[in-house]
This record gives sequence, structure tokens and C-alpha cells, in this order.
Amino acid sequence: MRFLLLFSRQGKLRLQKWFTPLTDREKKKVIRDMMMLVLARPPRSCNFLQWRDLKIVYKRYASLYFCAGLEDKDNELLALEVLHRYVELLDKYFGNVCELDIIFNFEKAYFILDEFLMGGEILETSKLAVGVSMEEADTLQEEEKEQEEVGKTDKERFACGRGLRE
Amino acid sequence: MPAVSKGDGMRGLAVFISDIRNCKSKEAEIKRINKELANIRSKFKGDKALDGYSKKKYVCKLLFIFLLGHDIDFGHMEAVNLLSSNKYTEKQIGYLFISVLVNSNSDLIRLINNGIKNDLASRNPTFMNLALHCIANVGSREMAEAFASEIPRVLVARDTMDSVKQSAALCLLRLNRTSPDLVPMGEWTARVVHLLNDQHLGVVTAATSLITTLAQKNPDDFKTSVSLAVARLSRIVTSASIDLQDYTYYFVAAPWLSVKLLRLLQCYPPPEDAALRSRLTECLETILNKAQEPPKSKKVQHSNAKNAVLFEAIALIIHHDSEPTLLVRACNQLGQFLQHRETNLRYLALESMCTLASSEFSHEAVKTHMETVINALKTERDVSVRQRAVDLLYAMCDRSNAKQIVAEMLSYLETADYSIREEIVLKVAILAEKYAVDYTWYVDTILNLIRIAGDYVSEEVWYRVIQIVINRDDVQGYAAKTVFEALQAPACHENLVKVGGYILGEFGNLIAGDSRSSPLVQFNLLHSKFHLCSVPTRALLLSAYIKFINLFPEVKATIQDVLRSDSQLRNADVELQQRAVEYLRLSCIASTDILATVLEEMPPFPERESSILAKLKKKKGPGKLPDMDDSRRSVNGSTDSTHSFTDVLNLNSAPSSGANLLIDVFSESSAPPAATDVSEENFPRFVCKNNGVIYENQLLQIGLKSEYRQNLGRMYVFYGNKTSTQFLSFSSSVSSSDLNVHSKAVDPVIEGGAQMQQILNIECVSDFSDAPVLNIQFRYGGALQNIAVKLPVMLNKFFQPTEMMSQDFFQRWKQLGAPQQEVQKIFKAKHPMDTEVAKAKVKRHKSLCRDSVSQRLCELLSEQF
Repeated sequence: MRFLLLFSRQGKLRLQKWFTPLTDREKKKVIRDMMMLVLARPPRSCNFLQWRDLKIVYKRYASLYFCAGLEDKDNELLALEVLHRYVELLDKYFGNVCELDIIFNFEKAYFILDEFLMGGEILETSKLAVGVSMEEADTLQEEEKEQEEVGKTDKERFACGRGLRE
Repeated sequence: MPAVSKGDGMRGLAVFISDIRNCKSKEAEIKRINKELANIRSKFKGDKALDGYSKKKYVCKLLFIFLLGHDIDFGHMEAVNLLSSNKYTEKQIGYLFISVLVNSNSDLIRLINNGIKNDLASRNPTFMNLALHCIANVGSREMAEAFASEIPRVLVARDTMDSVKQSAALCLLRLNRTSPDLVPMGEWTARVVHLLNDQHLGVVTAATSLITTLAQKNPDDFKTSVSLAVARLSRIVTSASIDLQDYTYYFVAAPWLSVKLLRLLQCYPPPEDAALRSRLTECLETILNKAQEPPKSKKVQHSNAKNAVLFEAIALIIHHDSEPTLLVRACNQLGQFLQHRETNLRYLALESMCTLASSEFSHEAVKTHMETVINALKTERDVSVRQRAVDLLYAMCDRSNAKQIVAEMLSYLETADYSIREEIVLKVAILAEKYAVDYTWYVDTILNLIRIAGDYVSEEVWYRVIQIVINRDDVQGYAAKTVFEALQAPACHENLVKVGGYILGEFGNLIAGDSRSSPLVQFNLLHSKFHLCSVPTRALLLSAYIKFINLFPEVKATIQDVLRSDSQLRNADVELQQRAVEYLRLSCIASTDILATVLEEMPPFPERESSILAKLKKKKGPGKLPDMDDSRRSVNGSTDSTHSFTDVLNLNSAPSSGANLLIDVFSESSAPPAATDVSEENFPRFVCKNNGVIYENQLLQIGLKSEYRQNLGRMYVFYGNKTSTQFLSFSSSVSSSDLNVHSKAVDPVIEGGAQMQQILNIECVSDFSDAPVLNIQFRYGGALQNIAVKLPVMLNKFFQPTEMMSQDFFQRWKQLGAPQQEVQKIFKAKHPMDTEVAKAKVKRHKSLCRDSVSQRLCELLSEQF
């Protein structure tokens, strides 16, 4: 996998992950092209496209598009399930995840992705294992917080109407 | 569980994000961001030392601003400082900022590397993972230099935790992709292969990815992985009872690992060991069988995962290209998918069938689905599926179905999406030329192309039709008649005017006998289009006019009047004006004889490969090595004379080959660099094949495509630069004792990741036994590289098959009785024999093969291979 992008139906980029080095200009071009291509597709089209020498696999979950660029030999169907597994992991962590979760906790979305993909290859496919390491990280954090005694408990609450549904 | 119970409660961050979201306009957003940036800058510059939490919060805000698409020019130092924090979340944010924002040539890289080094040495698995992730995310050369030798140690150390092993394997893979020269191979390779036996499936998955990448470059070092991979795959696929716990995904056992193992096996030929081979075949059969079973779940995830494994198994079957039964089963399976209700499966089936079509065992089986594919072209709602259908029709086309396929593509072209029209035009042009038995069909097809999709017909296409008409005198009269008729249309495309002008200028005399197309009628027809055309076309028409003066003296006065008019002689365009002046003078002062000599019919073009294919390849993605298994003819992307309009009508000089001769003299006299081992590793593979990869190392891949006709051969050599750095002072020469080999000069520079092509023309003058050697020299990163490769030019390439009846054959056979005419060699066959396979091989070997005697010949010859 060369890159993974999350963007909304309105064309707002929510997450970008690059697995090969590209300049900022190239990245912007890819993002623009992907949004143009994917957002223009009529509903119920197939989930695959050819773009230059890359295979593009995308899927829409509620208001968010998940879009991955694959190399020639990569397996498209499995990439579709990589996207799905990522949604499941987000769901497990946030509980009925929605776009707002990813906006307000963008760093978490990146961390979860890192637990799951590395260098464009799948790192851990077990939901349990990824879950455990995120829990561990949060526990570490809780402990730290107690030591810090920074009273940051009254968090804003963000109502999320619905989760990311296919 | 509400979302907010997680997270670290950086309240300031949440408020900031919320503010940004509430901004009503872009201006308001920028204002709010600038305010925040000023605030952060003052905090970072302030006298008061910031605590870890605040630093983390501000760095995170900067990251958010950057991800919104704004530039960030400070805060890097603070992020780097976070790395040395011993609090996990602070470290984590520091690493995230670096992964997203720091580019490889940052000044801070030394400090970052320091932080990573400390974490790698910390023996705390969480910290180690963070460090490995950072290396993989940035993946720069500096990082590879600093850590490429350290990571293999982490990977194979006995006491490394499983999760760290997984990260280390993929981190190494990432570094190997960007800086393969820096990742040392060595004693750890054997232990990496051994990871395929690991108990932890996550470790096996990551290790398989790594081994696949490494094995593509150094297949020999990882040969032992084949048996382990087959064993592992077989345990997953065939044993129903095994419980893989959380690695079972929607009732499919370890789909990710299965697919990766199948990918790894695609780096190798079919296993030679019979037991191993049959075990693998059993796995593949099981996977194919499972496709027929009823699904265990209605969820799309279940069928996707199951079919992902199936498609990868089919890819392996196609790659092996050795088991006809499996190939046919694969083809049938894909045939089922062609009519599946899931669009995704139809798309993938079309895609896989394209590769299947190039296998000789399954080409016929693929052709049986032609009607379905044509139907897909007409009825699919999704343009990307239709595009795949076009690709497949192109791949399955051969002499038997060319007319139908070309007709279908032409009729689809009328309604095709604009985005794929040009590609279809190129494909039609290629197929029409390649499979034309009757060139009138070819001329009709190209004129139809121009009529239907004139805007998408590139120069290469119409140049080509002219070259062919000029070279084949049996079609010239027909071409003249057809273009004349086509030009009658009230509105015709400019490309048609170009073709018409050129062809009538050359061959208008062939139809001038008919009063309906008398010289004056022809001229008036062409001239009626003149004013609507662009300058290049008008220039071409002027040349056609002067040719008319030579062909038909009776219209001389009319044409001279046209040339003399102010709109020509005083045309604002220099080229047009010059032509008008010169042609007019020429027609006035030159005698008929001189005119006839100067304006003689164009001599045949030298046999040259069509540049259309090159164009098609270029469209499909630059920098990609051509598909070496593709048996189709390759092309020379010639940039010579035909490419500018003035030269197409090159009136004065015949295409000469003088320049080439000079170069050839030089290339033969240059001495090959001494003392390099000649690589012949892949040489035997080319006995029956003409295309493929002949040589590959870490830097360079050399691919070949070759074709032979009688005693002549042409070889296209593709030099692929696998690194990201330039090759400088690149040169190549061919040394051969018995063959005449002419090579064209090549560019001295190959850019990183780019590919360059060289053409070798080979002439066989007498029988020979030694193959020519290709010597290559170039500079990579300062070091001079010498490579010598034995080129697969064998005597059998120049064989010509002859058909004869069996009694004639045996009569001749029996005449060969003299002792020096007989040689016999008996040795054990390496593979079990199959008559069909042997026959195909003998055919590719270009020897004669007639059914009545084939049985015997196959027995004689198949043992050779």
C-alpha cells in the first residue's frame, strides 16, 4: 500500500498516511486527484479504480471515504478488508465511532493506524492484539495523569448522532 | 462507552478544534489560527520553562494546524524534545509530529536519531515499537544509514517480544524498499526465514511480507522459504479443525497470512520437489473447491476475504503457468465471476483474465468468454469496469477473432467515456495492424477511427497508416479510392484531411481514370477543406498540390493560380509562405523530367516498428517496466524523422540509414571492459522464450523482448534503474564472434526509477555456437559498475518451420545416415512428461511438428528441457 486517505463527502481531509516518500506538492496532487475521482463516482459503483500505475481501493462509511492506493501486485479485495478492519478498530476504541471522533481525536486515529499498518503492510490483523496495545497505552497515560495531577477532567462532550456505517 | 472517556483530555486542544469548526469563513479560520500560532510561539519563546504536558498540547495543536493544510515553520525542536520524555503520551505525540512533519533532509535528523537510538536500547517494548514506527514512517536515507544494521539484530534476538519482532520486520522491509543498498544481508537471513515457523501468527504475517520483498531481489538467498511457506499454507488451508482464534476473519482462516504466503510463492517457479509440488497443488485445489461451497456468512467481509485468497491463488497458478488443469479451472472460476452480481468481482475477474489470456494453456479457454466480455462493454454501468473489459478484449484478441473484436471496440468508441477514448483508439489501431490479413480492412478500420473519434487519433496513428500504405502497393489504389470517398462528407475531421492529402498526393493517379474522381475533382475536393485547416495541415496540402502538378499536368495552371494568390504568397505564416513561393517557382522553371525526379513517389519506409505501442505503454504509467510476459511485439519509441510534419512529406531525400552505419562502426570497434564474470543465470530460460528478465541485481534490471524473422532478429533491451539515484556514464556494447550485431547508441544517464530502451539488430550470417555478450558500464554513486550478460541469441531462433507430410519426413529422415549426421544423447528427464506440454515447447523451439509424427518427435525432443 502506498497511501491511505480519509476524507469527508464535502472534500475535507481527515487523515493522511504516506508509506513512500513524496514531496508536499506530490502529496497535494494525489489528495486532489483522489477526492476528484472518488467523490465523483456514482453510488454502488465498484470499489476499485485505476489511477496512473496505482490501483485505488475506496469505500464509504457514513460521511467518510476511506481511500487506499495499492501497488500493482497488491490484492484489492484484501485491501478493502484492511479498510474495514481499521473501521472496526476505531469502532472498538471509540465505541460507535463517527467522523467527529476522528476530528477531535485525530492523534488517536493515527496511533490506532500505526498499531495496525506499518510501511504499508499489515502489522497485526488480530483485533484483540491491537486492542490490547491501545489499552496498555491508555493505562500508561492514566498513570501518568495521576502523577501529573493536572485536573483536566471536565471535558467537553460531543454528541455523536451515528456511527460509521457502511 | 462515550468517546470522551478515552483520550488524554487536552482540553485546550479540544476547545481550539471546536473554535476552528465554528468559524464561518475561511478568513475567520485563518485569523483564529494566526492567533493560536502567535500564542504558541510566545509560549515556546517565553522565559518560563514549559512542562511536558503543555509542550505536548502545543505540539499537538501545531500538528492539527498543519493537517488542516497550513504551513508550520516552528515547533520542531519542541517535538524532538518530547522524544526524551519518559512519559509515554508525550513521547508518542513527539514521534507523531516527526513522522508527519519532518522531511528527510531536516537539520534535526541527528537529534531525532539520537532519541530513537535511546528508545531502541531501552528494552521497553512500547518505546521500542514507537521508535521502529518512526523509522518506518520517515524512512529516509539518513535513518537507514543509522539503523539498518541494528534492526536485524532486534528482529532475530531471542528475547525480543513478539510485537517488537513484527514491527522490526516491517521496519526493515520499509528501509529495504527505499535504500536497498544499505540493508546488509547476511547471517540473519536464515533466521528470518525461520520466522515462518513461529507460533505467533502476527509474527509470521509480518515476516512473510519482509521475506517476499527480499526474495524479489535475491531469490537464491531465500529459496528455503518455499517449503516452509507451502507447509504453513497447507496447515491453514486444508486442516479444517485448526483454531486460529482471533486470526480467523469472518469465518475465513487467516486471510492476510494466506494471501501473503501465496504472494511469496509467486517469487519462485513451481517447486521441483515432487512431494512439495503436489502438496501445493492440493492447497490450490482446496482453495478452488472452497469457492464452490455455500458461504458461511452473508456478510460481505466473509466473501471478500474468501475471494481475496482465491484471486491470489489464481495469480499463483497463472504465475506458475505449468498446470493446464489448474489454469483451466481458474479460467472457469473467473468465467463464473464475470456474471456475478457483485461489481467488484466482475472487475477483478476481467483484470485477472487479462493475465490468463497470455498463457498458451488458457488462451483458448479465455476466448470462450468473448461474448460475455463484449456484453460487459455494452451494459456495465461503471466506467472502470468497462475499461477492464476493453483491456481484456485487447488481451484475448488473435487472428481468429480480430475482426469481431475490432468491430465491437469501434462501435463502443461511439459512446465511450472521454477519459478512455484515446486508449481505445490506440488499441484498435494496434490490433488492426497486427492482425490484418487483408490491408483494405486495415485502411477501412483506421479511417473509421478517424471518423468516429478523430480528436483522439494521435499523430502516431495516422503516420502509421501512411507508412503502411506506402510500403504495400496492393492497397494503394484502394486507399486512394476510400479516402476520396471519405473526403466527400461535408464535415470531416482534420486528421482525415491529412491522410487524404498525403495519399491522394502520392496515389491520386490510381483513381484518376474515373471521371468522377478526375484530377480536377480531386484537387477541388482537397482545396475545399484547405481554409478550415490548421497551419500544419495546410502545409501538407501545399505539398500534395505540387505533387499533383507532377502527376497531372492538366491541372498545373489551376494549382499555379492557387499558389500565386495573395493568401498563399503573402501568408503571415513563414512556413506556408515559403512553401508557396518555392513550389510555384519549381513548377514554373523545372522541366517535366526534373519535376518527375524531384517529386517522385515516396520510397518505401524502412521496416520500423509501430510507435503506437510505445505510446500506449506510456499512457499506462511512466517508469513502469513493461510486462515481460506479454508476448506482444514491442516498439521503438522513435523520435526520428516522421515526427514533424515537414518530414513526413520529406520530398527530397529518401530515408537513409547512413547515420546508423557510422554508429555501428564505432560500437563494434570499442573494446569491451575486461574481467567481469559473464552472467548466464537466466540464459536457459530463453531457449523457448523471447521475452523476459535476463539479468537482475540490486541496482539494475535488464529485460528483453526479441523477435526473429528468417535470418534477422531485433532485440529490445530494457535497462531499469531500480535505485533512486542516477546512473551516470552509462554505456553498453555487444561483442560477438559470429553474428552481426548493430546496437543503437544509448543515453549516458538513467534517472532513478526510470527505464531506458536500446535496440539491437542482429543478423545471422552463418551457423554459430557462441551467444553474443552484452557489456555494460556505468557509474552508481561514484563506483564504476561492470556487468556482462550473455544474450540469449541461439541458433534455433533463426529456424524456420516447414510443413511436410509424414512420409516425406521419414523419407528425408532416413537419408540422414552418415555417421557425422547422427548424434544421440540420452539423459533422465527432470519433469514428468506430458505430450501436450512437450508439443508446445517444441513449437516454441520452432522446430517442425506434425501430428502424425509429433508423438515421436516429442519423445525425442522433450527430454532436452
